[in-house]
Amino acid sequence: MLNIYAQTYSGFDYAMIDELLTEEQINIRQSIRAWINRDIISHIEDWAQNATFHPEIMQQLGQMGCLGPHIPKEYGGGGLDTITYGIIMQELERADSGIRSCASVQSSLVMYPIWKFGSEQQKQKFLPLLSTGEYIGSFGLTEPNHGSNPNGMECRVKKVQGGYLLNGNKMWITNSPICHLAVVWAKDENNYVIGLIVERAMQGFSTPTIHEKWSLRTSITGELVFQDVFIPEENILPNAKGLKAPLSCLSSARYGISWGAIGAAMDCLHSALEYSKDRYQFDKPLAAFQLTQKRLAEFITEITQAQLLSFRIGQLINSGKATPAQISMAKRNNVEMALRIARESRQICGAMGITGAFPMMRHAMNLESVITYEGTHEVHLLITGMDITGINAF
Amino acid sequence: MKFLVCISLVPDTTTKISFVDNDTKFNNDKVQWILNPYDEWYALVRALELKEANGGTVTVVNVGPAANDQVIRKALAIGADDAIRIDGSDDLDSYGIAANIAAVAKEGAYDLVLLGKETISYNGSNIGGMVAEILGQPFISYATSLDLNGNTAKISREIEGGKEIVEANAPFVLSAAKGMAEQRIPNMKGIMQAKTKPLKVVPATATPTLTSTVKYELPPAKAAVKLISPDNVEELVTLLHNEAKVI
Repeated sequence: MLNIYAQTYSGFDYAMIDELLTEEQINIRQSIRAWINRDIISHIEDWAQNATFHPEIMQQLGQMGCLGPHIPKEYGGGGLDTITYGIIMQELERADSGIRSCASVQSSLVMYPIWKFGSEQQKQKFLPLLSTGEYIGSFGLTEPNHGSNPNGMECRVKKVQGGYLLNGNKMWITNSPICHLAVVWAKDENNYVIGLIVERAMQGFSTPTIHEKWSLRTSITGELVFQDVFIPEENILPNAKGLKAPLSCLSSARYGISWGAIGAAMDCLHSALEYSKDRYQFDKPLAAFQLTQKRLAEFITEITQAQLLSFRIGQLINSGKATPAQISMAKRNNVEMALRIARESRQICGAMGITGAFPMMRHAMNLESVITYEGTHEVHLLITGMDITGINAF
Repeated sequence: MKFLVCISLVPDTTTKISFVDNDTKFNNDKVQWILNPYDEWYALVRALELKEANGGTVTVVNVGPAANDQVIRKALAIGADDAIRIDGSDDLDSYGIAANIAAVAKEGAYDLVLLGKETISYNGSNIGGMVAEILGQPFISYATSLDLNGNTAKISREIEGGKEIVEANAPFVLSAAKGMAEQRIPNMKGIMQAKTKPLKVVPATATPTLTSTVKYELPPAKAAVKLISPDNVEELVTLLHNEAKVI
């Protein structure tokens, strides 16, 4: 299956936000887009239809510089600002949320906590391997019984000589079945959340795959199971103090998702717009009908609003002023926007939109996960509610 | 070996083409410029491969305004060592461009000058031959492979119905066609390094205008599709014969 409009994709920039980007940011966007067009787009439908994950994508993402672009260069990262990171996520998710998820998890949920909370030795040991994709990482916070309420986590560590014994389960973990290491959050004997690096070879560590997903079919998802796994002291993240630590990783990832969703939405708009000009009914193109124009006009308006929101939040992160609540707003708004555009743009393409010749159904199915993971749509709304009322309604 | 690769900027292939000034000038407004794929994918990448195998330097040269710098940086991000922009206006004709490139090539004493077989915008295929002539060097066009053994090059050219193998000693000028190399997409590291690589700007030398464009015309608009009922083969045959004139 080939998306016939994929090669003419050039994004949308109604508010001329490109004028606010640097030459380097635009060149990076063009490079990622060229790579996606050459190596990914022609396969993505087959991968999704057959639910196959291609681990070599991780090395390709590393080669392109998509793993840890905002991690300092001395650890193998790109040393780039957060707007550039967002732009990269946008281009990856224009291809598929599954591809973007791989890069998000590795960059924001694995490399970011090791960089932010790890010891110098941990940074030197793991970050360069993760930045090339030679090592694949996963992030364990969510549990079978604790999704929106991570503080209720049941994963426990017990102090033993030379380290800790880890027990418990994590669920819905991107890349867990193929990961070389997992950054895992668990409570100690004082109910205090600590971070640990669990390595593949450790005894008692297993990673069953979750099958039959209707979403993110180009990426692999699983569990992390710990049965008396001995974690040496040197694998504890020394500077991660309490639940705040994993939540700060989520802020970084959520911000990237706010950009990624724009990529998926623009891909849907592009296909629907081109199709509406090519497809004739009642002797005129679909684009000549008011109902089609209403949809297309609303899409470009909503995409433009989302772009401005993400761009501004990126500026605030760059200057150290962004709050987690602002990032929640951007993630929630932009993912809902993208999901609506995926569904409604499919409608413009009629029955053809159901098939793999168009990307909308795939994006829509993916976005059902994206609207749920990294903080559900509902929880982000309550975060905004709490932020403006000062009252916690969880 | 010192390689000089000529890079031209062309409108992105999704550009909607229109003209201004009574159809004598291309409308540059809102055009996204890219490196000419024949220059980028084949000439530049092959020069880089040869440099990586045998040592040397790769310089890219472009004739155009300062706005071109962003796209020139892409050639540096792909791996060129340095760039020269000849600060010329868009109005230079092929001879003006070739004369200016030849001056740079002469001054830098490059061993090989490479460029794409044509630009995908004007499709002139003029520059290579003119540069070679001005430099007094051989010109090998439409090359699909280039291998070096010391100073001696073995080159394949696609010709009607077959292939021609040519041997030449450097210095010479070569235009590259599809097959010469594989596209290289710059990664983040390359893009970051490109920022600090030298991009020298030199003024263009005035040259006589030997050709000028009188008028551009767009191809006729695509006619609407005619749908013929599958039962009506006779009408289909008549239309193919009389209207489309393909049978």
